[in-house]
Amino acid sequence: MLLYGTGEFPDWGDPYSPASVHLSNDYLEKAFDQTQVPNIVTAVLADYRGFDTMFETAVIFTAGLACFLLLRDFREKEERFYRHTATGVILHVKDSQKVLLVEREFEYMDKDWVPSDLIIKTVCRILIPFIQIYGLYVIAHGDFSPGGGFQGGVILGSSLILLAISYNLKTLMRRVKEKILGIYAAIGVLIYVGIAVICMPMGGNFLDYSTLAPLLPSDPHHVRALGMLGVEIGVGIAVTAVMVIIYVNIVSAGRHDEGL
Amino acid sequence: MTDVLALIVAKYNYWLYVVLMMIGLYAMIAKNNLIKKLVGMNIFQTAIILFYVSIGYKRDATLPIIENVHGGHGSVHAIDYINPLPHVLMLTAIVVSVATFGVAMALAVRIYQRYQTLEEDELRMRLSEK
Repeated sequence: MLLYGTGEFPDWGDPYSPASVHLSNDYLEKAFDQTQVPNIVTAVLADYRGFDTMFETAVIFTAGLACFLLLRDFREKEERFYRHTATGVILHVKDSQKVLLVEREFEYMDKDWVPSDLIIKTVCRILIPFIQIYGLYVIAHGDFSPGGGFQGGVILGSSLILLAISYNLKTLMRRVKEKILGIYAAIGVLIYVGIAVICMPMGGNFLDYSTLAPLLPSDPHHVRALGMLGVEIGVGIAVTAVMVIIYVNIVSAGRHDEGL
Repeated sequence: MTDVLALIVAKYNYWLYVVLMMIGLYAMIAKNNLIKKLVGMNIFQTAIILFYVSIGYKRDATLPIIENVHGGHGSVHAIDYINPLPHVLMLTAIVVSVATFGVAMALAVRIYQRYQTLEEDELRMRLSEK
């Protein structure tokens, strides 16, 4: 039935199809004059549909929160495994109360430990900084070229996930604390809402970036672009943190000690 | 027969999305494993995204990023740029689908921890035992 229905649909690439004749032409022709942002997708996303995107960031935050609440498990493991770094002898400690204190010589390890592959570790160690730079670039270029907060945030988050995959989860959790992740997810949403709220005492509507002009030392025409950039940075921070929260909670079943 | 063929060639994007959507729907309804159902849901969402993005396409048009207009204003013709609205909507949809998928995976992990299975008939059996 759906296939039969396609007979009535507009042809592939038809410039006069119903979807492309009403509102979108207005956006295409006026968005640059109104917002000074060349990337129309970002202009529509962060300015005309700013409310939608704000609550979308809230949806992302809520998803991270839901994963945390469903899965996080604070109980200590019953048994622990330690490896003597010099000899490779593995100790199996059944009583969780006894924590080995000789951290220099013994390394707290996963239950089924396999030696990490040298090639994978080295390649990932070289690649991860470049992936992160690229992610920042994508976030910062949201308004002038293809890019934006969501995409850049996902790239940044995946660089951290790559670290967890190529080394192990403990390496990631040593570098990025769980508390920091939660705080960043909240900060991202708050940056967005904060920029929106600041517009109100400046004499405009909620999310009316043009009223920010006295606060920013730049050409008043570009204020909307800067407002969108700020919003995109908030989105990027929130998405990065939530990606890592979801990944870490799912692979370790909430224990944050070992996983994929 | 040639009419049908011409129809398919002219509108193959819609046919592709219908096929993908039906695969996703089949997986969601007929599969027994919860993870396979989730994969079906993702395929369904991807079909919708493809549908919207293909609507936004215009022949001989370029990306909706306006270049070199600092000199001549009013020279933007909508017919030269593809429709940005479906892209914006689908950006939203992709983000929401990632969020729902994350939460669904978390629920699946919880179900597995509690019942030691993700097969639906076994789950129903475990539930009726209690």
